[in-house]
Amino acid sequence: MNGRAAWCFVAPALLAILVFFFLPVAAALAMSLTDFDIYALADIANLRFVGLRNYIELLQTPLFWRALGNTFYFVAAGVPLSIAASLGAALLLNSRVTWLKGLFRTAYFAPVVTSLVAVAVIWRYVLHTRYGMLNYALSWFGIGPVDWLGDPDWAMPAIILFAVWKNFGYNMIILLAGLQSIPRDLYEAAELDGARTWAAFRWVTWPMLGPTLVMVSILSMAGYFQLFAEPYVMTQGGPVQSTVSVLYFMYEQGFKWWNLGVASAVAFVLFAIMFAVTLLQLRVARGIDG
Amino acid sequence: MRKILVNGAVLLAGLLAVFPLAWMVSVSLMRPGEASAFPPPLLPAQATLANYRALFAHAGIGRYVFNSALLSTGATVLSLMFNVSAGYAFAKLRFRGRERIFRTLLGALVIPAQVAMLPLFLLLKYLGLVNTYGAVLVPALASVFGIFLVRQYALTIPDALLEAARMDGAGEWRIFRSIVLPLLTPILVTLAIFTFLGTWNDFMWPLIVLTDQELYTLPVALASLSREHVQDSELMMAGAVLTIVPVLLLFLGLQRYYIQGLLVGSVKG
Repeated sequence: MNGRAAWCFVAPALLAILVFFFLPVAAALAMSLTDFDIYALADIANLRFVGLRNYIELLQTPLFWRALGNTFYFVAAGVPLSIAASLGAALLLNSRVTWLKGLFRTAYFAPVVTSLVAVAVIWRYVLHTRYGMLNYALSWFGIGPVDWLGDPDWAMPAIILFAVWKNFGYNMIILLAGLQSIPRDLYEAAELDGARTWAAFRWVTWPMLGPTLVMVSILSMAGYFQLFAEPYVMTQGGPVQSTVSVLYFMYEQGFKWWNLGVASAVAFVLFAIMFAVTLLQLRVARGIDG
Repeated sequence: MRKILVNGAVLLAGLLAVFPLAWMVSVSLMRPGEASAFPPPLLPAQATLANYRALFAHAGIGRYVFNSALLSTGATVLSLMFNVSAGYAFAKLRFRGRERIFRTLLGALVIPAQVAMLPLFLLLKYLGLVNTYGAVLVPALASVFGIFLVRQYALTIPDALLEAARMDGAGEWRIFRSIVLPLLTPILVTLAIFTFLGTWNDFMWPLIVLTDQELYTLPVALASLSREHVQDSELMMAGAVLTIVPVLLLFLGLQRYYIQGLLVGSVKG
């Protein structure tokens, strides 16, 4: 077996990844240090190196801070809620007394494979102030209509609700696999020690599931930081910019106003934040493990 | 008692998960304006396909269905071509720097795709590919996830089998084609579904690189239609059905493979 044959197998894929991913990432870093805009797009000679000016200007842009705040809100509320829903669904499906497990697993998973744009269109209707099903359901409990997507206080919670519905099935599958790999005799031992349902969960399930939960939360967080299509389709960033996310801001800067230098800087700030939060989560997880 | 409680909760959660999708189908069969009533109607008074007809006749949605099907199939074929041989090589063939390159690739998973988007757009612009099918396909060529998926599975192929074939004088290409590929079939199906679903559902990238309506994929077309027709719920639900149902059926038929890939892919280590 010679190395040259092996290279024939890997070279096409590596070349594609190099040219269409690694190179652009490096170029993005360089671009974020330039004033790449519509004039440079027309003639590259107009391009100037500006150092950290894009980053400094971003820090002075109120809408950027707003977008950061909105994205953190979405991540901080959405990730725990969505993991709680996933864990709840996985525990239900893992229970010995559950009927029709396969059917319900598929039902819970269905939203995951749907196109985000299409389900966002559906949910815009479900959340409709006057004709939506959600407000109708709330009216049974005597709760007056909420202007879900039109009220700046409710738009983000509505999008979070939608995202939890869309995504919980994904982590559910992973947690379900984690639950099924917990040895049965641990539960039998806990039962002998007199542990009831809650205690068994607290002292067996939770610690055994720990690593899976950490992984799931890191993956979810990465996904939730990339909020874009939901506000694009449902609210267009409104009302009063309450749903402008970092990527929505990047998209508008880059592909609406053609400020590609600024947009690249936004992408890097987002990347840096995601990286830092991931490291933090890993450190916390290690701290808990001892 | 516990049995009823648990199964009741399972059923309730199931209804919540499926309700918006079921309602989508129901509303798509209503007459224009029928869904704008209070309380919201659950079922159409008289089911009609008028919305679907309007979508095909006036919004030209057939074109978008075609684009989505073509691009998703193209991306699937390309992704299989590029990732499978590489995944196999990383698992079973020896070459200098293999481990280091693979670790670098895995490390790249922490970089969100959006970081590469702006320069990639410029690169494609200079190559004259913006606003062509090619621009949508380029990011699908090879993916770290695809290589990883194939590699994990290929690791289970016994070395003795490959060695025996080499002793018999079979070339590497021959071994790959007649021994490795058949053994990898399940993971090829998995990768194919992932790529197909991923491309079909992708939104941000096609939104950026496609400007001609003629080239829109279903999600991009639906987003643009729904901005024009905010009030036409029945029409939009029909569009959503056309966007969701094909991939939902694909998933239902092949869910075993999909779930398998999800479990391999989630253990990125």
